[in-house]
Amino acid sequence: MTQHPILAIQNLHAGVEEKKILKGINLVIRPGEVHAIMGPNGSGKSTLAAILAGRDAYDVTAGEVIYQGKDLLEMDPEERAREGVFLAFQYPVEIPGVNSTYFLRAALNEQRKHRGQPELDAMEFLTLVKEKMKLLHLPDDLLKRAVNVGFSGGEKKRNEIFQMAVLEPRLAILDETDSGLDIDAMRIVAEGVNKLKRPDNATLMITHYQRLLNYIVPDFVHVLWDGRIAKSGGKELALELEEKGYDWLIKHEKVSA
Amino acid sequence: MPSANQTDPYLKAFARFEQPGASKQPSWLFPLRKAGIARFAELGFPTLKHEDWRFTNVSPIAKMPFKPVFDATPAGLARDTLAQFPFAKLPGAKLVFVNGHFIPGLSNTPALKDGAKVASLAAALVTDSALIEKHLGRYVRTEDNAFAALNNAFFADGGFVFVPAGSAIAEPVQLLFINTRADAGAAIHPRNLIVIESGAKATIIESYVSTASAPTFTNAVTEFSLGDNSIVEHCKFQDESAEAYHIAALHSRLGRTVNFSSHSIVTGAKLSRNNIRTTLDGEGIEAILNGVYLTSDDQLADHYMIVDHAKPHCASHEYFNGILSGKSRGVFHGRILVRPGAQKTDAKQTNKNLLLSDDASADTKPQLEIYADDVKCTHGATVGQLNDESIYYLRSRGIGLETARRMLIHAFAGEIIDRVKHDALREELDALLWDRLEQHDGVAVGR
Repeated sequence: MTQHPILAIQNLHAGVEEKKILKGINLVIRPGEVHAIMGPNGSGKSTLAAILAGRDAYDVTAGEVIYQGKDLLEMDPEERAREGVFLAFQYPVEIPGVNSTYFLRAALNEQRKHRGQPELDAMEFLTLVKEKMKLLHLPDDLLKRAVNVGFSGGEKKRNEIFQMAVLEPRLAILDETDSGLDIDAMRIVAEGVNKLKRPDNATLMITHYQRLLNYIVPDFVHVLWDGRIAKSGGKELALELEEKGYDWLIKHEKVSA
Repeated sequence: MPSANQTDPYLKAFARFEQPGASKQPSWLFPLRKAGIARFAELGFPTLKHEDWRFTNVSPIAKMPFKPVFDATPAGLARDTLAQFPFAKLPGAKLVFVNGHFIPGLSNTPALKDGAKVASLAAALVTDSALIEKHLGRYVRTEDNAFAALNNAFFADGGFVFVPAGSAIAEPVQLLFINTRADAGAAIHPRNLIVIESGAKATIIESYVSTASAPTFTNAVTEFSLGDNSIVEHCKFQDESAEAYHIAALHSRLGRTVNFSSHSIVTGAKLSRNNIRTTLDGEGIEAILNGVYLTSDDQLADHYMIVDHAKPHCASHEYFNGILSGKSRGVFHGRILVRPGAQKTDAKQTNKNLLLSDDASADTKPQLEIYADDVKCTHGATVGQLNDESIYYLRSRGIGLETARRMLIHAFAGEIIDRVKHDALREELDALLWDRLEQHDGVAVGR
């Protein structure tokens, strides 16, 4: 079965006001693949995540992003989500007064509606999410709380992956998911992500440190430097980076103009 | 210098009370009334030059010669029309007043244990004069409140609730004030007196509604005396017509270790002002003053709070959220007084205003007067739009923009409603506000 790549980024240039941040990103993600983008602060990692997620803070000045054959940049954030794009945020926002169960069921039902599936009622929804809660080691009362309110840092990150488990996206983008997590929390998150892997979906991890990649093993690692992908390789590249640092790696690579 | 032609009609109307046999009310009441009209004549209606009325223009009230509704109008309301008003299904004692007059045929007065009473104040002034004399007029402050003084002069009726020491009224007690007059200028001065003795418990719901759209004037005073260790929840729901003027004073005296929650829900009236004065007159009190106001078109909703920490070790927490669209205005003035010696005071005040249109506005003013040195007093106010980060997060999960906005607006009202302790009351308020928000311009349509 020939398939579109899930994501094809071509020559993406973007910035904010006068400042150029992404200077020609090219990336193809195919079904079943796990990619990691690593880079130092200021390389453009967060900008890339934000653009893929539909934040309108940045200007795309050239290039395109094709998701499953469609122009992603033309889609509103909710459209992207309904089409199966999921961004696990680095700093999930707290939303007082909006009940977690109510919110997540509404989100799931939007997707089901979009796919022509029947919506789930409260009981059906709770049955579905119970075991996913266990997978992420989340406390039972979490769903009674408002979205992210009173959640510890680790709980917020696990909650992102829990939402992912419920929504079952085609493309999961994890934005520095390991930042602020201890080893145990990271293991739980990784276990969750790994369990969600299917031959027809894909994961893109955006990360600063290598350690998450010990748990969620990438097929492809890309180094982002000064707005471009300076080098790509397999999982060994991450280890090399860990050992030698970004500076060394860049000095030894020709950065394409 | 109050304008005589604004106060004169009132002075003339008062003369009616002075006629012999004009009322069956006890003689001890008369000095209170006379003092009330004298104070009103002295103060006159407030103008925008008065600091406490800076944002709220009551000159429309002052200009119209409002006429107190002296005589009980024939009920004209069938019992089943009550079903349209909120809390109709709640069991318990319920006093219904039409245009300020008690209508027994529309009310429920079940037998209460231990000598507790729920009765028309006018009737109780005859049957329980001595008890009422101990309390009526003792908690309301009129030195700087012309409207409360006017109520002292002119009140005819309202609710009297009495719960003796150690007792409780299990079901919420309702006081329902219905305005049916369609002619401009009809004025009522409802007066409620709630006396809860030590260790007693009650839930009181005060509602003000209209069946016609007319510029009526409701000038209400509710006094609460809460004995030591009593537990009381109070909800005032105001949904008068969009033409109406509604001024109310809620003045309460709380004894030691009282637990008091009072919720103010405002959805109606062209101009409303709630003057809520809470005196913490004992140690160990916990008072929650909670409210939400929902305004659109050219409505104005004003809450003026005074919390008086007269004794140490008390906690007062105020939470008021406003949801404003159209050209409407919200006003909040939160005064906290911490007297010398009121150590270990914990006073908190939060007023948040959500502006759903470009022309809506909010004025919010905290005023902290702190004379003790070992206290915790915080205040916060916000005026703004919905949080963009929150909207974005919801959209990133597939929830559409309009639905996301709606969810956040409902959540904003929900923060307040969630503090209502009585389950059935809270659920009904939740549903009521939900419906109102859906109708409210600005929620569905956005800016």
